[in-house]
Amino acid sequence: MTKTKTAAHSSARKKPVNGTWKHALQSHKWLYILIIPGVAYMIVFNFLPMLGLVMAFQDFSPYNGDTAIDALIHSPFVGLDVFKKFFTGPDFWRLLKNTLSISIASLIFYFPMPIILALLLNEIRCSWYKRVSQTLVYIPHFISMVIVASLTYQLFNTSDGYIYHLLQQVLGKNAPDFLSDSGLFVPLILGQNIWKETGYGTIIFLAALAGVDVELYEAARVDGAGRWKQMWHITLPAIKATIVIMLILKVGQILNTGYEQIYLMQNSMNRTVSDVFDTYIYTKGIEGGQYSLSTAAGLFKSLVGMIMVIGANKLAKLFGESGLY
Amino acid sequence: MAKSKTVYRTKHANRIKRTPGDQAVQVLIYLIIAFCAIVTVLPFIYVVAGSFATERELTERAFFLFPKEISLNAYQYIFKTGDAIRGLRNSILVTVVGTLINMFFSCTLAYPLSRKYFKGRNFFTNMVIVTMLFSGGMVPSYILIAQILHLTNTYWALWLPGAINAFNMIIIKNYFQGIPQELEEAARMDGCNDLFIFWKIILPVSKPVLASISLFYAVTHWNSYFNAMMYINDRSMEVIQIVLRRIIFLTTSLTTDSTFDWGAFGTPPEKAVKMATTVVATVPILIVYPFIQKYFTKGVMVGSVKG
Repeated sequence: MTKTKTAAHSSARKKPVNGTWKHALQSHKWLYILIIPGVAYMIVFNFLPMLGLVMAFQDFSPYNGDTAIDALIHSPFVGLDVFKKFFTGPDFWRLLKNTLSISIASLIFYFPMPIILALLLNEIRCSWYKRVSQTLVYIPHFISMVIVASLTYQLFNTSDGYIYHLLQQVLGKNAPDFLSDSGLFVPLILGQNIWKETGYGTIIFLAALAGVDVELYEAARVDGAGRWKQMWHITLPAIKATIVIMLILKVGQILNTGYEQIYLMQNSMNRTVSDVFDTYIYTKGIEGGQYSLSTAAGLFKSLVGMIMVIGANKLAKLFGESGLY
Repeated sequence: MAKSKTVYRTKHANRIKRTPGDQAVQVLIYLIIAFCAIVTVLPFIYVVAGSFATERELTERAFFLFPKEISLNAYQYIFKTGDAIRGLRNSILVTVVGTLINMFFSCTLAYPLSRKYFKGRNFFTNMVIVTMLFSGGMVPSYILIAQILHLTNTYWALWLPGAINAFNMIIIKNYFQGIPQELEEAARMDGCNDLFIFWKIILPVSKPVLASISLFYAVTHWNSYFNAMMYINDRSMEVIQIVLRRIIFLTTSLTTDSTFDWGAFGTPPEKAVKMATTVVATVPILIVYPFIQKYFTKGVMVGSVKG
């Protein structure tokens, strides 16, 4: 029994080591057949669009050829002119300001929320209470952005929104109109995100907390450490690595504010602050047909994201964290 | 066994050591958690209650969690005009077929990548990693889908572009990797090929992960809005999220748009209709939520271990 098993094992391991490609293709024919759809998918839907990025360096127009591919081949290259136009254009600084004010505010106010909630949930000893509250706070993550926007609208609109009326009773005429006051656009977006994702965001931290040895707490308690000291010296160090990883990922998203949410909450009253790179790419590129300009904006966004991730990761390593990779 | 023992011990220790101040903090924590849970569910309850209320009650009472008088007008309206029902039907089609496509592409890619003896594994894995780090962005994808593949106004535009989510695929791959080698080797001794092993051994023992990932994919399809807005203009093909947005945000279309005979149940209860449409779009998610919840904690953890 054991003999046959080891024989099978060694033959399975030997093949690729000694084997040529021809051998591998013969002995594991099905693996290569199975991988075809996935690879074809990646080539068509991930890598072909990357080739499409040449549009950012062209004066692309779909009328330069009979088909889109033909047009791509025949559109004239203009070097970095499109980028120059994008960076010096009237929109760039406004878009940058709007995008950064949303993402930096989100880094300050939204990012710590799941950590705080996870720490609080971790203090709950009553298991059914913990389970029920977790079940409830996870729900909004699975709800679509359209529904979140609808709920917001139904609660905050000035004609029959309940929360607006409540605020009106307290503040009178000063009641904030979240849906159209441009000064309240960032708080509105943040509020939606906090409501939607805080609960679900705790999962990853709770998973890290579950790995903490309970005896550490006991030992600390014996040594006279109170709740705060335990949190500071045991709980926080346990989730520090997770916090750093989440922070790196978040920093990489600094120019990604998402299309859906902003698009749904945008209206003519708040457009001055709600135009971000993502909505700009959609309106200029897909609605307005300015393909080169919006592709350049998209490329700029992806590159900044990548540089930020690499930079944040380096920084994390400098401070002795394991980082993302 | 050992675990439950330690839990008991800490509980015991807690009980002895607590000072009154500490107790107060503990109560405060329970209250904050309760507050969070209530804030999360209150909007849903408000909308459900409102959707069953009469228009009069909605204007007279600002806030209630139980309507005094139950009215089905809003739902009657929804069923009669048919937009929301058609949206639901389309969404179900998009979700079911889309999830099957997702699972086909994700599993067939995950399986070879999970086999250590698969020559070329590193190359293909790197390919996946590149797709996670960098993308062509929205405009090139749009040109590809709309102008090169001509998928506009077909559901293929919703099914194909996101057919593989790299994170989900990696979770499946990691699960495949964790399956004991012995199972596979025994079958190989009997002369079974890789396809047979994949279909008859690997997939059946991976049911938990396949169930959870399909639910994740299904939720994504159900909730997807932006792609449908970009690629589907044909009103008869609208998915529920699009219908919901139109009814909520473009109010006027509700009352003036259709030459509809109100007769039997009077003017459309506008506010209640909005609420009822929200409910109709949310309920399917809430129905599958317990199943999702059973699996997702596990899924997230597997993903975070070997991201």
